[in-house]
Amino acid sequence: MSAISSDEIKREFIRSKMGLAGIGILLILIGVSIVTVITIPIDTFKEWNNPSNWISYPKTSIPVWVNLFQIKKIPEHMIIDEPIEKFQKLGDVSVASHQFMVYFDYDDFPNDFIYEFSAKYTGSPLLQLSVIRPDGIQLQLLSLSLPNSQTQITHDERIFSTDSSIRKNLFLQKEKFSFDIDGLSSEDILFSSSEKHEILKGNYIFLVNVYGVKTQNEILDSRLIVGGKAFGLMGTDDLRRDLAIGLLWGTPLALFIGLAVAIGSVTMGLLYGVYSGFKGKKTDEVMMRFNDIIYVLPALPFLIILAVTIGNSIFLMVGFLMIFGWVGIAKVSRSMALQIKIKGYVEASKMMGQKNSRIILRHIVPQLLPYALASVAISVPAAITTEAGLSFLGLGDPTFPTWGQILHDASVYGAAPRGLWWWIVPPGIMIAITGLAFVFIGNAFDTIVNPKLRRP
Amino acid sequence: MDTILKQGLVFQVRAEITENPAIAKSFSSIAEFEAFVQNQIDQRTKALGLDTPWYSPQRIGFTMYKMLMLDFGRATFLTSDSGSSDVKDILLEKLPRTILLFTTATIIISIIGIFLGAFSGSKSGSKIDRLTSIFAVVSSSFPVWWVGMLMIFLFAFVYPIFPARATPSISSSDPGYIVALLYHMALPLITIVMIGFGSWAYLVRNFIIGIMQEDFITAKKTMGINRKKVVYSHALKNAAPPIITILALSLSGSLGGAIITEAVFDWPGMGRLYFEAITVMDLPVIIGSTFVLTIFFLVSVFIADLLYAFFDPRMRTD
Repeated sequence: MSAISSDEIKREFIRSKMGLAGIGILLILIGVSIVTVITIPIDTFKEWNNPSNWISYPKTSIPVWVNLFQIKKIPEHMIIDEPIEKFQKLGDVSVASHQFMVYFDYDDFPNDFIYEFSAKYTGSPLLQLSVIRPDGIQLQLLSLSLPNSQTQITHDERIFSTDSSIRKNLFLQKEKFSFDIDGLSSEDILFSSSEKHEILKGNYIFLVNVYGVKTQNEILDSRLIVGGKAFGLMGTDDLRRDLAIGLLWGTPLALFIGLAVAIGSVTMGLLYGVYSGFKGKKTDEVMMRFNDIIYVLPALPFLIILAVTIGNSIFLMVGFLMIFGWVGIAKVSRSMALQIKIKGYVEASKMMGQKNSRIILRHIVPQLLPYALASVAISVPAAITTEAGLSFLGLGDPTFPTWGQILHDASVYGAAPRGLWWWIVPPGIMIAITGLAFVFIGNAFDTIVNPKLRRP
Repeated sequence: MDTILKQGLVFQVRAEITENPAIAKSFSSIAEFEAFVQNQIDQRTKALGLDTPWYSPQRIGFTMYKMLMLDFGRATFLTSDSGSSDVKDILLEKLPRTILLFTTATIIISIIGIFLGAFSGSKSGSKIDRLTSIFAVVSSSFPVWWVGMLMIFLFAFVYPIFPARATPSISSSDPGYIVALLYHMALPLITIVMIGFGSWAYLVRNFIIGIMQEDFITAKKTMGINRKKVVYSHALKNAAPPIITILALSLSGSLGGAIITEAVFDWPGMGRLYFEAITVMDLPVIIGSTFVLTIFFLVSVFIADLLYAFFDPRMRTD
């Protein structure tokens, strides 16, 4: 192999379009990872498998941007947690009221609505939930007295649209609708126009009043969720998890796995091969036969065996992948070391009595660095896809939302038969894009470093 | 392992005696009875070779012999479709299916790859050459199983052309079984070929480009030999040795089936067997299938070496 100076590599690299494209994609991915790590708190991805963390999100909802391509708008999932707060006092009676403005402009009824609140009170105040619709009709939904208490307590409750008293209340106001509302769910009645059973678009105001006599009441937290069928940038999965967060967190994880495995195995292979080639004779023979043994092991079955028997933490996985990654590199770097070993300057430094380790690290390894860099880039995609494959089989680390893990969940919950494309397509595309970036970089490097592939 | 087997023997002997009270009655004293039991146990231990340690030549030789006879014992959990738990039966049932799908796919891939590669290699720099290279790079970075999921989604559910599960639902004795199997095989086959042929073409293209720069090709061209003939018979023949090596390796590799691809398409072949065996730690099946695959690997490497010498006279020794 001919020695190429690093300047030359840089110059050649900048000239290759493929390499630049690869670097560009990689930079974007790194940017995404940094933004993810900074903006999305680590807690959210640690809570990835905790269902209560995702409770207010909708189930298997389509990404929001799909609405841009649709004539009939799919109702978006709305979580409104900043109500307009008012407090009134009329003699003995005090009223704490929260108002939620809901602008409903979609062509389908919402799935449901949920009102979540926590109130601080003494006694037994009355909570009233009503809706003022865009056509001016006010519908009483619910009157509820909160559990009685002599001392001041904080009470949390969720009111669901499926609540039977809401339905009952709506039936009592039957005369406001000119069609039969029997058998319709409360959200279908609420968001329907008064003449026909079709959507009434416009501004809805959800009104919550808490009446107390002679006492001071407060609504601390209050949140209205109008359950839709579209949510977030990437939709949600069957466990109500926001897929955007999973996909974003998958990026640094995939980069970590890919780079750690690639750098680790290339370093191992390089040192092993160079040492074996430099030492020669019996050491070389023994080391290369050991190399051959690892070489013929079928990698994936062995990885599965290791994952099943030892454990599936993500760091162990990186280690397992390294075990099978260094073999080819060791072979090539050995043959390169054999060529460099007989060069004059290596002989000279041997003659001068330099230590073996110094010769290897100072004179041989630097010669192989360009090749090593190319191999790092080339072995990253394999590491990422192998990890994704193992996760897909259900052998990955379930605590981390890697792309393979998301795809595994997708296949377990039958995303393909149910047509949940947003659950299947994006993780795979992310895997492919990441792989592509490194393949581009690796190929560009390879054409520079490997003289055989150079065009005359 | 040995202790478990020995304990199993003791249990077996005792169970046989309790099942048959006549044996126990025929002894006069307890000591005699115990001696008989111990004797039985010892006999059976010896018959199985459990009295010697596992590294004794006798036991290793016995195991080797069993392996050569393809006798891998009985599977611990898994059974073949017909219900047999003999590892040999299971392997013989799964292997043809994997050969049917993956070996067919490998052959199709290599045929398309060789011709496309030769074509684009001979016209290096042309549009087709560039398209092939881009397709090779892009297709190789998609995981096959993910493309499989997409294909199932698109062609089994959105446009229901092919079945989603690759296992035919009718029994294997039905005359229409072959047709059903081929129909069920279409989707995985298309997926594997689609993802695979790009990198093959790229590989062959690189070989051909190297060879097209050689002097003898230039000489042949200047002699006025038909360009097509130069590419397809002279250049390709010279690229044959490495191509054949790779072909042999990928053919033998295809026998293992792709574990993940088979899982996605639910194809009941070697890959699925491997995965199932590993997840339940069914050692006889794991050992058996690894053994068979390694044998195929060695044989194909050997054949590839012979073919190498046949195609490349420089390799021959007199």
